Amino acid sequence: MAIQLRSAAELEKMYRAGQAVHKVLNALREQVKPGVTTMDLEEIAEGLIAKMPGKAAFKGYRGYPCVLCTSVNSEIVHGIPSPKRKLREGDIVSIDFGMEVDGYYGDSAVTVPVGKIRPELKKLLDVTRESLDRAIEKMRPGNRLGDVGYAVQSWVEQHGFSVVREFVGHGIGTRMHDEPNLPNYGEPGRGARLQEGMVIAVEPMVNAGRPEVQMRGEWVAETADGSPSAHFEHTVAVTANGPWILTRPKEMTGPSW
Amino acid sequence: MAKQFDDKNKGDKGDSGNTKEDAIEVMATVLEPLPNAMFRVELENKHKVLAHVSGKMRKNFIRILAGDKVAVELSPYDLTRGRIVYRYK
Repeated sequence: MAIQLRSAAELEKMYRAGQAVHKVLNALREQVKPGVTTMDLEEIAEGLIAKMPGKAAFKGYRGYPCVLCTSVNSEIVHGIPSPKRKLREGDIVSIDFGMEVDGYYGDSAVTVPVGKIRPELKKLLDVTRESLDRAIEKMRPGNRLGDVGYAVQSWVEQHGFSVVREFVGHGIGTRMHDEPNLPNYGEPGRGARLQEGMVIAVEPMVNAGRPEVQMRGEWVAETADGSPSAHFEHTVAVTANGPWILTRPKEMTGPSW
Repeated sequence: MAKQFDDKNKGDKGDSGNTKEDAIEVMATVLEPLPNAMFRVELENKHKVLAHVSGKMRKNFIRILAGDKVAVELSPYDLTRGRIVYRYK
């Protein structure tokens, strides 16, 4: 399957889907506090989605049971919300959410501290968020996928963390997972060339320790060494004017999250 | 939601088994035939590129003439060459 190029009208539709995703994530971010369970977050999200056009993208995707992925501490991605999973002071939780509006998808994620966290964890979040910013900066026509992956990998590894290899960012549009794959590692100048109209979900997943992944059940990916892991994501379009982050309001500038 | 990086993803790839990875598919008009089953085609964005006929189309004797509308796959590595993968009626 070739990489799809999106017209300006299609990008507008994807922007609408992206805004819905942003609204939900932003609201959830404020609900994260000690004592809240990940199922509470799921229910809040479901309440918000009910009032919006479109539908949640994850629920039912290959049999995934929830609208959110909530990955706590050593869980990297695809943590399933549970009423038993109570967030505690000092935890970090990645909230990953996607929506389909009018046939087009938006996908985004943010890792949120629960109360006060250790400085090492704060650094993990800062480095991961910054690696997303650096990757987005490379989403320009003429650059290659390898340039984007390298931006993440070089920044993360110079801070002593590691990038996950088993999961990758992905093209997105009329399907949630489309071509191409965007690994969070790479060599500059390698891989497919970016063109105006390409839309890719850029999502660095960064482990504080070793990069190896261990699966718990069908969905949940954890770090093999039990170290904490962070995850930030935006849906980004390549345009002539540079990267366009579809999963946040146009007015927003500065750091991606 | 992150995509798992393995061959399991191939299951939901859907159509077009002939497409090579990472190619960009665009519409084009054939300008002139060249030797060796090559054609000069003009893309929708007015770029002129050199395109050859895909093996599958050659095997099935799909004939291409100047003026035909065709689908061309461009390699992201070399945007001056393409592969004609479909001729529209």
